[in-house]
Amino acid sequence: MSDTPKLRIDGREVTFRPGVDLLTACIEAGVMVPHFCWHGALGSVGACRLCAVTVTENGRDRIEMSCMTPATDGMEIKLRDPESEDFRARVIEWLMVNHPHDCAVCEAGGACHLQDMTVATGHHARRARFPKRTHRNQDLGPLLTHEMNRCIACYRCTRFYRGYAGGRDLDVFGAHDNVYFGRAEDGVLESPFAGNLAEVCPTGVFNDKGWSKGYARPWDMMHSPSVCNGCSVGCNLTISERHGRIRRVENRYHGAINGFFLCDRGRFGPLWVESDARLATPLIRGAEVTPNAALAAAREVIAQGAIGIASPRASLEANYALRRLVGAERFFAGVPDAEAAQDAAIVAALASHPIASLKDIETADAALVLGEDLTGHAPRAALALRQTTRAAERALAAEKGVPHWLDNAVRVAGEGRRAAVTLVTPLADALDGVAARALRRDADAVAAFGRAVAAALRGEAAQDDARAVAAELAAAEAPVVIAGAGLGVAGTVEAAAEVVAALPKARLALFPAEANSLGLALMGVAGGLEAAAQARGARPVIALETDLEGTPLAAAQVVALEALATATTAGAQVALPVASFAEAAGTFVNHEGRAQRAFAARPDGPPAAWRVLSALGGLWDADARVDDVLARLAEDLPVLAGAAEAAPGSGTKPCAARAPRRYSGRTADDLAGRVPEGMPPVDPDGGLSWSMEGAQGAAVDPARSSGPAEDGLHSPSAACLAQAYVGGPLKGGDPGVRVIRPGMELARTPDAPAHPAEGLRVIPLHDPFAAHPSDRAGAPLAERAGRPVMRLHPEDAAALGLSEGALATVAGARLPVVCDAGLPRGHVGLPAALSRRVPARIDAAHITPEDVQ
Amino acid sequence: MTETPLTGRARADRAPHTLSEWQAAGGYEAVARALKLPPSEVLDRVDQANLNGRGGAGFPAAKKWKFMPEPGKSPGDGPSYLVVNGDEMEPGAFKDRFLLEALPHQLVEGAIITAYATHASVAYVLIRDEYRTAIANVKRAILEAEAAGLLGRDILGSGFSLTMKVKPSAGRYIVGEETALIESLEGKRAVPRKRPPFPAQSGLFGRPTTVNNVETISLVPHILEHGPQWFRALSRTEEGGTKLYAVSGRVHKPGLIEAPMGTTARELIERSGGVSGNGVLRCFQPGGGASGFLEAAELDIPLDFGNCAKAGSMFGTGTMIVLDQTACPIGVLARHQRFYARESCGWCTPCRDGLPWVARILDALEEGTARPGDLEILRMTAREAGPRGRTFCDLMGGAMSPLATALARFGDLFEAHLDGGCPIRRGIL
Amino acid sequence: MTPQTSHLPEPLRDAILGAMDSFGGARPAMLESLRLIQHEEGWVSDDRLAQAAALLGVSAAELENLATFYSMIFRRPVGDTVILLCDGASCWLNGGDAVRDRLMERLGIGFGQTTADGKYTLINCACLGGCDKAPAAALGRDRRLVGPLDAAGVDALLEGRE
Ligand SMILES: Cc1cc2nc3c(=O)[nH]c(=O)nc-3n(C[C@H](O)[C@H](O)[C@H](O)COP(=O)(O)O)c2cc1C
Ligand code: SF4
Ligand code: FES
Repeated sequence: MSDTPKLRIDGREVTFRPGVDLLTACIEAGVMVPHFCWHGALGSVGACRLCAVTVTENGRDRIEMSCMTPATDGMEIKLRDPESEDFRARVIEWLMVNHPHDCAVCEAGGACHLQDMTVATGHHARRARFPKRTHRNQDLGPLLTHEMNRCIACYRCTRFYRGYAGGRDLDVFGAHDNVYFGRAEDGVLESPFAGNLAEVCPTGVFNDKGWSKGYARPWDMMHSPSVCNGCSVGCNLTISERHGRIRRVENRYHGAINGFFLCDRGRFGPLWVESDARLATPLIRGAEVTPNAALAAAREVIAQGAIGIASPRASLEANYALRRLVGAERFFAGVPDAEAAQDAAIVAALASHPIASLKDIETADAALVLGEDLTGHAPRAALALRQTTRAAERALAAEKGVPHWLDNAVRVAGEGRRAAVTLVTPLADALDGVAARALRRDADAVAAFGRAVAAALRGEAAQDDARAVAAELAAAEAPVVIAGAGLGVAGTVEAAAEVVAALPKARLALFPAEANSLGLALMGVAGGLEAAAQARGARPVIALETDLEGTPLAAAQVVALEALATATTAGAQVALPVASFAEAAGTFVNHEGRAQRAFAARPDGPPAAWRVLSALGGLWDADARVDDVLARLAEDLPVLAGAAEAAPGSGTKPCAARAPRRYSGRTADDLAGRVPEGMPPVDPDGGLSWSMEGAQGAAVDPARSSGPAEDGLHSPSAACLAQAYVGGPLKGGDPGVRVIRPGMELARTPDAPAHPAEGLRVIPLHDPFAAHPSDRAGAPLAERAGRPVMRLHPEDAAALGLSEGALATVAGARLPVVCDAGLPRGHVGLPAALSRRVPARIDAAHITPEDVQ
Repeated sequence: MTETPLTGRARADRAPHTLSEWQAAGGYEAVARALKLPPSEVLDRVDQANLNGRGGAGFPAAKKWKFMPEPGKSPGDGPSYLVVNGDEMEPGAFKDRFLLEALPHQLVEGAIITAYATHASVAYVLIRDEYRTAIANVKRAILEAEAAGLLGRDILGSGFSLTMKVKPSAGRYIVGEETALIESLEGKRAVPRKRPPFPAQSGLFGRPTTVNNVETISLVPHILEHGPQWFRALSRTEEGGTKLYAVSGRVHKPGLIEAPMGTTARELIERSGGVSGNGVLRCFQPGGGASGFLEAAELDIPLDFGNCAKAGSMFGTGTMIVLDQTACPIGVLARHQRFYARESCGWCTPCRDGLPWVARILDALEEGTARPGDLEILRMTAREAGPRGRTFCDLMGGAMSPLATALARFGDLFEAHLDGGCPIRRGIL
Repeated sequence: MTPQTSHLPEPLRDAILGAMDSFGGARPAMLESLRLIQHEEGWVSDDRLAQAAALLGVSAAELENLATFYSMIFRRPVGDTVILLCDGASCWLNGGDAVRDRLMERLGIGFGQTTADGKYTLINCACLGGCDKAPAAALGRDRRLVGPLDAAGVDALLEGRE
């Protein structure tokens, strides 16, 4: 007797969410209607005509495109009737008129939506006998391949690239059966979200270029659920491996975080793990030694007591092991004191206000961004905010009776209205073009603007633009306020929290610098690098995944645990290779305080850092598992107890299989003629097998699943089948556990250092393609990353005797100077990583021009 | 002249009237009359006149206009629009060219009255690129009307304001489809839009918009001038008015004929000098390339939208293509399909990829390289892609109706083509 | 061929800005901008396309998107006189093939090609709305409609005696 609407599909009654299109209704009822152009995040456009179903009305049948038809109560439709089946088979036949029959050598083979749909509709014999149309392909840069002959013109690529991600250099050209999707001319695709084309394209036009050179069939690879280490957003990844080598990274749907899409840093960044920039063997003062020798030497070094330098990019497990080893008083964060203080402030702010996930940002109707260059600092969040800007358009379209899923119609009916998104940043921002208001403020004035908005919201006096922003936020149904560590100034976080405090419906999103910044802050540190230098005395330092070069600890005696070869590992007393984030199970706390578990993506990587630390200090038994570390952590630090629940324990039965059912790797190994039939390796930490034994597909909980596995559906386009509703949380709940909770007990906050009052204000320059040395270490991002530069206002540059292109040294780094009138006077823009190593203001005298001859 | 209101004032050499010449001949009186009535009254008169749109679909003009919201009654900001469709590119159609070139002031008058009735304050006339004379003449008429206060602010002191602009197209038949035309005016590819939302809900720039054909708009002033009853009486059928018919192909004197709605093909062909070639009719398409083939038995059907549909064809643009016994309908079809395949916007699969396949098979049939299985592909395409709703817009459906009727009526001729190419050309049939 | 300069000539620039004014912004003026360039120079070169895109504040891809969709925007140089030959059915029914053959023979080019001396470009075109003059063609920048044509008519046309 509920008023839940129902419809009948082939005689079976199902319920559906009011307001959706018929295709969505079917998919949510578990019926996969074949489709190409429809996409869970891009809506309906009706181009491909594959989603045809038979609608019966008043006893008469007619064919309708399910994606373009609203689902209505009492509707009766058929999918398994000869008429619609035949039409769908013809659509495939038409699409195949020009499609190369190159499945055998196509990288998309085996995970191709076109292949799946072709098989599903039963098309198998080619009747078209005329020559096929052929296209010339383009060189689209280091990230993606282009094979236009495979195109089926579903328009998904341009709809994603332009409509969803705001790129303008990819478009469609030509007409009739000669439509071409590409750039005006060969060249690098500019958008930092271009990599998604590899998954958005339902066939093999766009592929991950590196992977394409050595692709493997999906059934020949092990697929591991992982979490991106590239920034604080914590997007969910699937990493695929074959023969001990990581081949490819793909999006792993998460309803609250990344949804269907990743940024290119997340997709291509992890591939540095396969580069020769790794710390490959243990070193003593730069010389290769055996692991045992290195461990013995390290034990000797730290015998008299060491301080620990923790890493905001390392897992909770690794950091916690270090903390146990050195003790809480000697446990410091490998970041400047100011950043450590700010991370603690972020935790405090999130613990007292409603938190915004990326999904909350995406569905907000107004936003205030204080100081963050989201596109560079937390790229996936920028993609979310791009959708926020469409809220006003959606609202006006709805007023005109246009359903939200009718994407092109919404864009027209919305009359180009932009939601009340205000950016307050010192520099021009990649989102300026879609924001309703882009305000330029000096770095130190950003927080003041935020406080003025809060004052206006409380009814106090404020300047005009702050009042206007306050009025818009107050009028919104679901506003979000965004700030973070991206600008490297104190106060923006507090100002953002102040705005949220004055806005009853608002949520707060704060982006710290790193993937586990908040995990580390929750653990509590005795301070940052400067505090560590003071506290050290003559003690040696255990540096966990932290390069101490250029820090106050550069001269210390060091035991370095690293995945990457750095200046520190080269000069360390002892350097010990450890697993990268992609090679060991580990838990990370993202910007919203969500603890998420990543699993090892290959069975034979270096040991997890916590195991090395345990071996150094005898912390756990030799056969301890991640579970044991987390159990101890929960006991020791109750605030992080939730981390243990981020994924099922390693002993969970059945374990989840990394290899798909069709896995052939064990018996059809082509390497050197070996046919290995031995025991597959065992993963002690994962509750995941390195084989096809174990649970598969829907039987696996979301945290351990690397994507849905349904009969006949093998491509990323099948992702929607695992969702509770299209675009919603995963069935079984989105993975991860929020460990930041209102009213929680907070760790000790390290003191924020006083800012130098004089000098040039440092502005971090974020590069979407390179946030970390590792990004530049591995192909293909190294090629995509911008060149590190120093930006100065032309007049400031002139005052320093610098001109465009001149080299200057600051804090030990040599950088070319770019004169940029867009930079406020009295500021200096530095590469973000470097900016974190220098004070908030630097004396102009410390910028030294390089003598040219 | 009141029997041929639409073309009666045109000059033999097609030279357009200056504003004063036009006014001397009674021009703009209809505008003055209309602006004294409330918009709803203007709309009612057109409704009573039973004016069906002349762009192809025959949708009643007033019915479409009624969807236009009154000022302030639509969400959002900005004006409502009137768009005059002068993209004429349908094979066999050349009527709008004449109206645009020879009678631009008539169009301006019609646009003012229509805009008034539909609460539009901006009117665009989209004219296909090749019609350079038409573009120039309409532009000039607009300038003259503007200078005389017949366009612009507060027209004739009525309080009603209208800006009118010409926007030339740049090639592509699909621009003529009304929603594709709107996309094109917005500066995009002419890819049709889904309806609903209809243009009256969300049209040009998302604003309420009416799209009408040049001929439809050009008829409007006469309804206001002489009244709806007079207009209906012009017709021989239920559908009001005269029609600017056109006859081309195998006739001695191809050309335009303004005649009562419901005039028969026999009469039109006679007035065009009769069938040329061998003088014996084989078949005809009553309304442009997208209309189904009819034969001698259908010569006496009163040609209007309803009657053509009943006969299994389509009145379309009302521009007839005539074939004598020495002309091959498959050859005509081949030209049509090549055209439709080339003019597909490339958005939806059946049209984009299905039409070129059909066109190639028809070429092969003509050349004598077709195979028996090819005919099944033709039948399959007509069956699967012809019905409404299979494709995004009606281009494909339009292309399929001559194909389907040809397959049904000239099956033997198709079979005969399998054996060495066109038997008519080779003199076998 | 048109000599290319690195800037849009002033009159073109003004005309494009005017189109932006008249049609309500850059986007609705994009196609008109391409037309304006073509009216001046006969075709739209890569340089001009890039310059117009910059002036309009759109990407080259966005302008190319339109330029390649609309068939009457020429992205390759054309001859002094463009001949659009109707390939519609009514023209075919009245001897269009013979006209086509004669034109190709006299000019020594096929559809889409330009004579070596740069005088003529021959393009097949959708029904020109000249079915009463079939077979018909449209000539030159003002697209003057000529017809009914036959082989002799083609000769006369090319020899300038109509
Ligand atoms: C493929 C296609 C091409 C069309 N071309 C034209 C055209 O060139 N001129 C025109 O007036 N209508 C054309 N139409 C019809 C228009 O969509 C629309 O119905 C018409 O302009 C409305 O005017 P009316 O109501 O006055 O007839 C075309 C329709 C289709 C499907
Ligand atoms: S039927 Fe489809 S591809 Fe053809 S013109 Fe219409 S929308 Fe475009
Ligand atoms: S999915 Fe519905 S038409 Fe493509």
